[in-house]
Amino acid sequence: MMEDFNSETDSDYTSYWRDWFVSSRGNEYFCEIDEDYLTDRFNLTGLNTEVPYYQYALDLVTDVFDLDADDDLREQIEKSARHLYGLVHARYIVTTRGLAKMLDKYKKCDFGKCPRVICDGHPLLPMGQSDLPSMSTVKLYCPKCEDIYNPKSSRHASIDGAYFGTSFHSILFQVYPALSPEKSVRRYEPRIYGFKVHAAAALARWQDNQREDLHWRLRDFGVPFKFIEDSDSEDEDVDYEYTEKGTEGSKDDKVVGDTASGRMDLNN
Amino acid sequence: MSSSEGAPESWISSFCSLMGHEFFAEVSEDFIEDDFNLTGLQSQVPMYKEALEMILDVEPEDDEEEEEEEEEEEDDDEILGDERPLGYRRAGDRRHARVASDLSVIESSAELLYGLIHQRYITSRPGIQQMLEKYEMQHFGVCPRVNCSGCKVLPVGRSDTPGQETVKLFCPGCMDIYTPPNSRFHSVDGAFFGTTFGCLFFMTFPDLSVGPRLDASLSPTSRLSSSANRPTQSSAPDLETPTPEEQPLEINGVHTLNFCPGLGRGKIYDPKIYGFKVSEASRVGPRMKWLRMKPRNIYELDEAAQHERVTPSEPDADKDGDTEMDPNQAQDAVIANRKKAPMRRRRQQGEAAPSDQISTRGADIG
Repeated sequence: MMEDFNSETDSDYTSYWRDWFVSSRGNEYFCEIDEDYLTDRFNLTGLNTEVPYYQYALDLVTDVFDLDADDDLREQIEKSARHLYGLVHARYIVTTRGLAKMLDKYKKCDFGKCPRVICDGHPLLPMGQSDLPSMSTVKLYCPKCEDIYNPKSSRHASIDGAYFGTSFHSILFQVYPALSPEKSVRRYEPRIYGFKVHAAAALARWQDNQREDLHWRLRDFGVPFKFIEDSDSEDEDVDYEYTEKGTEGSKDDKVVGDTASGRMDLNN
Repeated sequence: MSSSEGAPESWISSFCSLMGHEFFAEVSEDFIEDDFNLTGLQSQVPMYKEALEMILDVEPEDDEEEEEEEEEEEDDDEILGDERPLGYRRAGDRRHARVASDLSVIESSAELLYGLIHQRYITSRPGIQQMLEKYEMQHFGVCPRVNCSGCKVLPVGRSDTPGQETVKLFCPGCMDIYTPPNSRFHSVDGAFFGTTFGCLFFMTFPDLSVGPRLDASLSPTSRLSSSANRPTQSSAPDLETPTPEEQPLEINGVHTLNFCPGLGRGKIYDPKIYGFKVSEASRVGPRMKWLRMKPRNIYELDEAAQHERVTPSEPDADKDGDTEMDPNQAQDAVIANRKKAPMRRRRQQGEAAPSDQISTRGADIG
């Protein structure tokens, strides 16, 4: 990556540094920060203590860098520039414009898809476990199962989580609540020769009770909420998935239909 | 039966060394040669006989007996749209005629057959042992979930019928399944591993430590924080975290330490905005935490004991309440008591006060 960058900048300045940065391999998670945002000093408050060669780095990021530096220093400054860009990025993506840009990327699945099978490849969002740099690498948040995963590619696994921050994905859905995906009660149910495994099934029943409790709490809060399949019926749901092996072709229809009828029975 | 026709490698080992086939174990020839292990596969695999011969690297033989069987196979072939001209089917020509397209049909049949045998093999004693070695060498990768902290996973299928779904990875730390990160596994049939293997594996090796090494250093801190919270939660005895001595060594047939080490308190992602937790009352607040929950008091999963604790009409029912119960209930209670006996003994040894914990808890619930 370093070599790429050097040759790129040494050869010509036709493209902006930020253009180059977000389009280079491994930086797919970043969106481009508006120049206005970068040049507003208020947005950079406190970063001068965080980033070495702060002024040069800022100049490089905003394409006004014209210092004759030797390779060593240059490399230092470039490193700082990337760091600075990352830290500003964390602030930028929670602004209105930043959210909109990241939302576009989210919709294009730029951050990958959830590895959890039951989530059906739901798009992910990048996040950090800490807002302080070099504490942990970037993780991916799945809004469907509300859990965090490691990026599968090693070139993403080395990005600092602080460049995205802990709050971004939550803010995104606070701002665009309609985009919050429907949550599912479906789950994987381990089986041995078709029989449920007791330890896993007991835990699943206990978790279902916890979900029921959540349901009641939400009702007390006055927050209407429904899981896609609605509660109670996922037992049948999974049953059909696994027992109807002969007629797997129409599995999906079957699940939906039977869940619906199961719900009617249970709720009367 | 002679092995391999000049080729240095057997079909099986060359199949297993193909790109994307890294998850497969090498099925031993003994296993395949035992007809019992192949029961029912003949109807599932086209060109079964040829496929089997290919797997075992056996030259097709031309004796009379086989001819008759071949006759049936040929019917199957035609159904399957095999375009080989009939003229080629003269006995004796067979070996030479088996070229090009024909060979590729057999090859794919052989792969299917091998996969189905593999599904059975890895649940057998030698097979599961072989998979254990692969598991321990982390051939199947680790769980992508952050809170599972690199728990080793196993390949499983979601269906035992071939052609339904590709192979998935089962994580014992969170009891969930994931898509393999590398796309070369996205074309491997899940049925070649089967639905049974994942759990059977961990039941076969109950002493296998599934949690990551890291886990051991983490648990003391979580215990510490939970004991700090104790006073505030005293009103809800069910939430009380028991000391480790109070926890059973085994719950529902699984070692407590090995039971979903990736779930429960401290392993659930808590979304925060600027350091503040997102409230459940928010329209887009957390809704899926239940999926990663595990009771802190693992006894809550002992459903028989729970039932017994909740049903008695009196708090002391587990001692003298039997007379008031109808016979069925009494019997249930006796069974539950028997199950619980060791744990109660352990508690009494440890400290005096918690010995009557069960009855008081019962009172709070009932």
